[in-house]
Amino acid sequence: MILPTLLPMLMAALALALALNAWRLFKGPALTDRILALDTLYINALTLLVLLGLWQGSKLYFEVAVLIGLLGFIGTVALSKYLLRGEIVE
Amino acid sequence: MNPLLQTLPLWAEIVAAVLLLIGTAFALVGSWGLAKLGDFYKRLHGPSKATTLGAGCVLAASALLFAMIGTPSFHELLVVMFLFITAPVSAHLLVKVALKQDPTARPPLPPWASILRRAQHSPLERDVSPRTPAPVPQAPPD
Repeated sequence: MILPTLLPMLMAALALALALNAWRLFKGPALTDRILALDTLYINALTLLVLLGLWQGSKLYFEVAVLIGLLGFIGTVALSKYLLRGEIVE
Repeated sequence: MNPLLQTLPLWAEIVAAVLLLIGTAFALVGSWGLAKLGDFYKRLHGPSKATTLGAGCVLAASALLFAMIGTPSFHELLVVMFLFITAPVSAHLLVKVALKQDPTARPPLPPWASILRRAQHSPLERDVSPRTPAPVPQAPPD
């Protein structure tokens, strides 16, 4: 009976991690800092969704996790390519 | 709380709890490093290594628990593989962007870089430094 007491604490710790990422996202002096904060934010949100799926015993959250992983990576690459070249689709 | 999770054997619960703790600790430390460190190139370390490893540990625990309940799923494996492939790519792209945006903020070379530079200019390697043209042999005076 470890998990029912452990899972809410872990979700709280991940919420703290999300708050730290959001702080860097709003503060970050350079554009690259903000992109990096977004990158970390989506990975942490994915982890939080997996914990939520464990808590509720639902597999729907894993589909959402796959989608977040794909779209987050595409977003990071698109932003970086835009800053590198000035256009996304070359 | 999922009632199926109450029927697990103790060892599976302990292993999953340890994996979840390690994963969340890594994610938290990575985010803390992203918020705390002073330079972009230092800040890149936290998310690109620690947070990815944290997500991997949590997903491994989830795969173990769902396999123990009796409904194994391969989505966790898919997500872990995708994350481990894409994290270095995005970190590399971000470093390229940072070097292009502000080339003066490039961190200084480590102290052993002079050894590397000397090794690059060793006669074994191709020498790219401009050299003085070889003296043209003059015809001996009569």
